[in-house]
Amino acid sequence: MPVWSEQGRRYWKRLSGRDSLLRWFGWLLLVLLLVWSWHLISERTIWVFVLDAPAQGADLIERMFPPRWDYMPQLWRPLWDTLNIATLGTMIAVLLGTPLAFLAARNTTPSVTLVRPVALLIIVGSRSINSLIWALLLVLIFGPGVLAGVIAIALRSIGFIGKLVYEAIEESDRRPVEAITATGASAAQLRLYAIVPQVLPAWVGTSVYRWDINIREATVLGLVGAGGIGVELMASVNTLAWGQVSLIFGLILLTVLFSEWVSARVRAATI
Amino acid sequence: MNTGAVPGRARRQWRRPPLIADRRLRWALYLSLVLYLVVGIGSLEVNWQRVVDGLDRGAAFAGALLRPDFSSRGPEILEGLLESLSMTLTATVIGLLLAVPVAIGAARNLAPLPVYVLCRGIIAVSRSFQEIIIAILFVAMLGFGPLAGVATLAFASIGFIAKLLAEDIEAMDPKPIDAIRASGAPPGLLLNWAVQPQVLPRLAGITLYRLDINFREAAIIGIVGAGGIGATLNTAFDRYEYGTAAAILLLIIILVMSAEYASGILRERLR
Repeated sequence: MPVWSEQGRRYWKRLSGRDSLLRWFGWLLLVLLLVWSWHLISERTIWVFVLDAPAQGADLIERMFPPRWDYMPQLWRPLWDTLNIATLGTMIAVLLGTPLAFLAARNTTPSVTLVRPVALLIIVGSRSINSLIWALLLVLIFGPGVLAGVIAIALRSIGFIGKLVYEAIEESDRRPVEAITATGASAAQLRLYAIVPQVLPAWVGTSVYRWDINIREATVLGLVGAGGIGVELMASVNTLAWGQVSLIFGLILLTVLFSEWVSARVRAATI
Repeated sequence: MNTGAVPGRARRQWRRPPLIADRRLRWALYLSLVLYLVVGIGSLEVNWQRVVDGLDRGAAFAGALLRPDFSSRGPEILEGLLESLSMTLTATVIGLLLAVPVAIGAARNLAPLPVYVLCRGIIAVSRSFQEIIIAILFVAMLGFGPLAGVATLAFASIGFIAKLLAEDIEAMDPKPIDAIRASGAPPGLLLNWAVQPQVLPRLAGITLYRLDINFREAAIIGIVGAGGIGATLNTAFDRYEYGTAAAILLLIIILVMSAEYASGILRERLR
């Protein structure tokens, strides 16, 4: 902390001269980057449309209300599909992600040098691609429909579940493991009796949490053709049927609130 | 001493306690799970012929992942990436500037009840919809292009940053507030001297985390016309240009991974 005297009084500053200069340049760099970014965005924007935005927004809201209630009967089936995409996708991900977590955790993997890096690579690859991008790819392969949605959700969730569960496994208490090892248990028995009971609550919590996220994501997968209520949303947006859009928004909101409530209840019960 | 089993007396055996203690609840859950699987999988409408036909395309794409084509659409890919990155930075900064006042209003220990309710309402609205749904609305209002993307990401960042920051403000030590208040400081100085030093490290961490999320989202909202690399990717898939699509996917994975890694290290340092 630099302290100096001036006219018989002592002053202090938090940073030394060099540090404050460095910070100043850091902020300058950030501001320059920001200006450059804004310039790039502004160049690609048609400002006439933007100036018109308040009127457009007001118009949009006016057309959204009242929602077209008679459209509702057509939405039950896509809503059911959405729930299925999220639930079946999560189930597949739990089935595949749990063994993956055991392969990735340092204390349960069969081989730290060979198996663990492969398992971690699968986890990272799955996690860094959004389910919407997975869906884009899978719709191309399997054709539009619910199947592409289920697999897209599963592929994205394997990494999520794998990561959180393998971290739970690595954090588990060593003492039960040593105790069960001392009884002469086999490797499988060791995992079943020493590790599984410790990570079971985290496993349930993670799975339900992911299901909650997946419900949200499943509502929009239809935008790229992967089934569910998003298909109806895209069709309504494309035909400018804003009364239907607002109805779908309301339905999505209710579904999301419901899944959040379920997940909060289950997690409160298990932890 | 009697070493053998006592005749006429059953051996006591230990069983692992089940996850759900109530036996009836457990079996009811198992039964409803099986029932759901039968109904859910039964209601999936899958065109298996189409799936089989698509496997060739899947193989073609897997091949393309090994030989990504960066060059033939090089300029478009670069443009898309730059657009995504500048959208990310601009939106995070705008989101941060708007989120701070909302967060202060949403902290029960600083704000009066009406302000608190209003700010919590803003947070709830901003958080309950997926980025891509907000993007649809902004594209309808502002026209196609990156500005709609910036508006979307900024809007979504407000709720995220404000919620986490408000929680941190509510959890801070009340003693400095009392001390500064006792010195007769007006509310502005109170925020500056009592609140800011306590929450600034956490705010920096939250913002970096959101920067990371915003980049992921900036990669996909282009699918509905809100600018960024997502639009380029979507076009590549539409044209069946697997090589280009694979190149974009790999770039997204690399950037997402390095952003996550960098933000992790920075957040670790800030703690």
